[in-house]
Amino acid sequence: MANFAKPNAPRFSVEVYQNEFLPEGGRDVHAIVTVTATGGAAATRTAVADGTAAVVLMVDCSGSMEYPPEKMRGAREATAAAIDTLRDGTAFAVIAGTHVAKEVYPGQGRLAVADATTRDRAKEALRGLSSGGGTAIGTWLRLADGLLRGSSAAIRHGILLTDGRNEHEEPAVLRATLDACAGRFTCDARGVGTDWDVKEVTGIAHALLGSADIVADPAHLAEDFTRMMENVMGKEVADVALRLWTPVGVEIQYVKQVAPSLLDLTDRRTEAGPRAGDYPTGSWGDESREYHVCVRVPTATVGQEMLAARTTLVLPGAAGEPATVLAQGLVRAVWTDDLAASTAINAQVAHYTGQAELAEAIQQGLEARKMGDVGGATAKLGRAVQLASSSGNADTARLLSKVVDVVDAVAGTVRLKAKVADADEMTLDTRSTQTVRVKKT
Amino acid sequence: MHRLSGCPSCAEPLEEGDRFCGVCGHAVSAPPPAAAADNPTVPIPPAPPAPAAPPAPAGAAGGYGTPAPGVPRAAAEPAPGWGSAASAAPTLVDDPAAWAATPAEPDPEPEPEQRQGPAGATYASSDHGNPYGTGTPPEGTPWGPTEAPYAPAAPAASADGPEPRHDRPEGNPGTPAEGTPWGPGEAPYENPPQPGGAAGGRTCVACRAGHVDTDGYCEHCGHAQPRERDHLEEELGSVAAVSDRGLRHHRNEDSFAVAATALPDGSAATVAIVCDGVSSASRPDEASAAAAGAANEALLEALPRGAHPQEAMHEAILAAAAAVNALAPETPGAQNAPACTLVGAVVSGGLLTIGWVGDSRAYWVPDDRAALPRRLTEDDSWAAQMVAAGLMGEAEAYADVRAHAITGWLGADAYDLDPHTATFKPDHPGVVVVCTDGLWNYAESAREMAQVLPADAATRPLHSAQVLVGHALDGGGHDNVTVAIVPFATQPEQEPGPDAEPGPAAGPE
Repeated sequence: MANFAKPNAPRFSVEVYQNEFLPEGGRDVHAIVTVTATGGAAATRTAVADGTAAVVLMVDCSGSMEYPPEKMRGAREATAAAIDTLRDGTAFAVIAGTHVAKEVYPGQGRLAVADATTRDRAKEALRGLSSGGGTAIGTWLRLADGLLRGSSAAIRHGILLTDGRNEHEEPAVLRATLDACAGRFTCDARGVGTDWDVKEVTGIAHALLGSADIVADPAHLAEDFTRMMENVMGKEVADVALRLWTPVGVEIQYVKQVAPSLLDLTDRRTEAGPRAGDYPTGSWGDESREYHVCVRVPTATVGQEMLAARTTLVLPGAAGEPATVLAQGLVRAVWTDDLAASTAINAQVAHYTGQAELAEAIQQGLEARKMGDVGGATAKLGRAVQLASSSGNADTARLLSKVVDVVDAVAGTVRLKAKVADADEMTLDTRSTQTVRVKKT
Repeated sequence: MHRLSGCPSCAEPLEEGDRFCGVCGHAVSAPPPAAAADNPTVPIPPAPPAPAAPPAPAGAAGGYGTPAPGVPRAAAEPAPGWGSAASAAPTLVDDPAAWAATPAEPDPEPEPEQRQGPAGATYASSDHGNPYGTGTPPEGTPWGPTEAPYAPAAPAASADGPEPRHDRPEGNPGTPAEGTPWGPGEAPYENPPQPGGAAGGRTCVACRAGHVDTDGYCEHCGHAQPRERDHLEEELGSVAAVSDRGLRHHRNEDSFAVAATALPDGSAATVAIVCDGVSSASRPDEASAAAAGAANEALLEALPRGAHPQEAMHEAILAAAAAVNALAPETPGAQNAPACTLVGAVVSGGLLTIGWVGDSRAYWVPDDRAALPRRLTEDDSWAAQMVAAGLMGEAEAYADVRAHAITGWLGADAYDLDPHTATFKPDHPGVVVVCTDGLWNYAESAREMAQVLPADAATRPLHSAQVLVGHALDGGGHDNVTVAIVPFATQPEQEPGPDAEPGPAAGPE
């Protein structure tokens, strides 16, 4: 039921979880910053503003999509399902991607505006999709970028589906394309089947602040695409940045999104005035995300207190306009000689530190396994099983159990399975960065 | 008069309105004694073979602020180095036998009545030498034949008391003493700063480069700025108090309230309350502020309508406890409820009334430094209890890590609130030092406290409070420091009529 009391745009709130107490000489300050947006379109469903979103669907049409033919059929059906999910008034286009990018609908470098007619025409155009050719994902993204740039929509999003490696393009070209597109639109990436490269697909999603996932069975594509598009339709605010202000002498160690998935933002900083920098967070609907901020402060004497960082959620203004501050939270440092206070670890910080270690252990374990390092793989994946179990990350624990035989989850004792399905390994790899929230006790 | 020309810590010249030294950050409003050029020498008794005088082997005479038996309180034999036997007899009514009889009969027999258990409720002793009690003082007690010192007819007697007035909210904020860092109308208690608003535009005291943002942090170096509560001073004519964050704590969790009011007969009454927030509890700063405020309000309500000061003090402590309890979260059994200690002093009608819960203390320091100072409170602390129960020697008990754990406090998770109160009728002038452990940790015994206290404490209470806080900071300032100085002037000679029998303070148990 619609809640008419809520305005269209979500309201943001920031909460900071930290142990601000440092021992004498202590310098590292950790904080989990929880950002919650409430009251957006996803909550109301009625608050549709025309022209607020533009979406480009990029469908892999390389030759391999016909092997097996279910992939091409699945891709066509999934794209149609996504089009059906478009809200009226949303600008959209469909691109067929091979070693070049081709507009499928509406064409002529334009975006269509979703309504019953354009949806039907778009789905009709999909029937003409045929496979053949190579894969050069950078060309797809550049075309999508060109189309989206012509739109005045605040929410600019891409959905990219591939089934293979980016074989007809230098990795550097894809990287440069991603750098160019970052901040101009967001993009979810999906790999269908098991012949694609996990790092490529997750790399696209990370760079463009979207999600990455595997759809091993093409039959599930339509369902996944519908969900993805619903998610896009729920976005109300784009280009939100996490602004971090730090005093003189404070070094930023890292800034990571830690929930719902891990995403290191440290290198994504753009300067925003004296001692302040913006870290992109993309677009927001009704949702909550958490960020782990770690800064190193100059040491001070016991009894001192300082502001280690001010975290602000900002909406950049138009050129020359100041940014709009949506919410803010303070990260503090207080030096104390009370050891009980300074040695305590904040539960949120501990939890997300564990989740980050979990993702790293999975990735390193799978890497070791590929290299034939059984000992290293067993140790890392065992540690991952232990962390997943202790933190209550049931999904990851389940994925791990398809790659290793768990002897003792608490102790982290595992044996590598002799035979592992590619899909299971790739699923674990792709989803290793999914985190769970702190267990509420 | 108290104005310093330079920083007491680094001698940097100060500018008008400086509260902290621009170079070293030293709080300039609380100069250490040495820095105060106009500070007369503190009289130090010609070093006697001083009784090692552990201040208060709490065991004996429990409760009631009777001083330690180890202290030559009775001064039966002329206390060496402490002046004549006569002057060593500060007459405090709670123990007339010991205090008053001294000049008359040098009977060294100490405290004949070890009448109370260690946890002895102070009220329990009201029939033993309580001024309102039935005990008959020996002939020649300095306060006359009657045990009724609380004569309603006592005229205003506060030595330098101004016109009786009500406390801060509605009244005269008190003339800020010269040397207070705040200008008129700027006294911290009077005009709490508007959150955020007042902060803008100030320059950071830590780096001197950045301005202070609305959150109270420097926009350049991030350092927290001194908050109003970091250092508070207040002076009313008859009482002064200073509270300081200290050097090792990041905020001030102590609080105080001072006030002057009038009894029904028009004579002045002075109130000082000092509270120490329990750091291990949540929001200790709020607890202490709530307790000090509530106790003060309660006394200001009760005293003008003629309530017995000891009873009023008891009620005030209960009111303070209720105020602190109200801060506790709704969830029952919350272990971390806000908590604090309380010590209060009321000077009214020639009487000195003390009340406390926890380990904050009150000391009596006679103006005549040859006379014996004494501690008026017994800590609600683990060490004090151990000693009182005879389970440990004093040295052993105070060396224990648990020594300073308090056994009584105000707060929702307090076991059994047991407010201690006592009333004295000193026969000579002096000052009451009401303080938190942030001070007495650096001047534990009454003698040490008397040595640190400037000789002119009675006439310059604010300055003396500043000196005491400075003493604690010089000693390391490991805790928040709060001290109130309440001068006590003896009544002009006047004998209360025999009919002036006030209601005995049969205390609520």
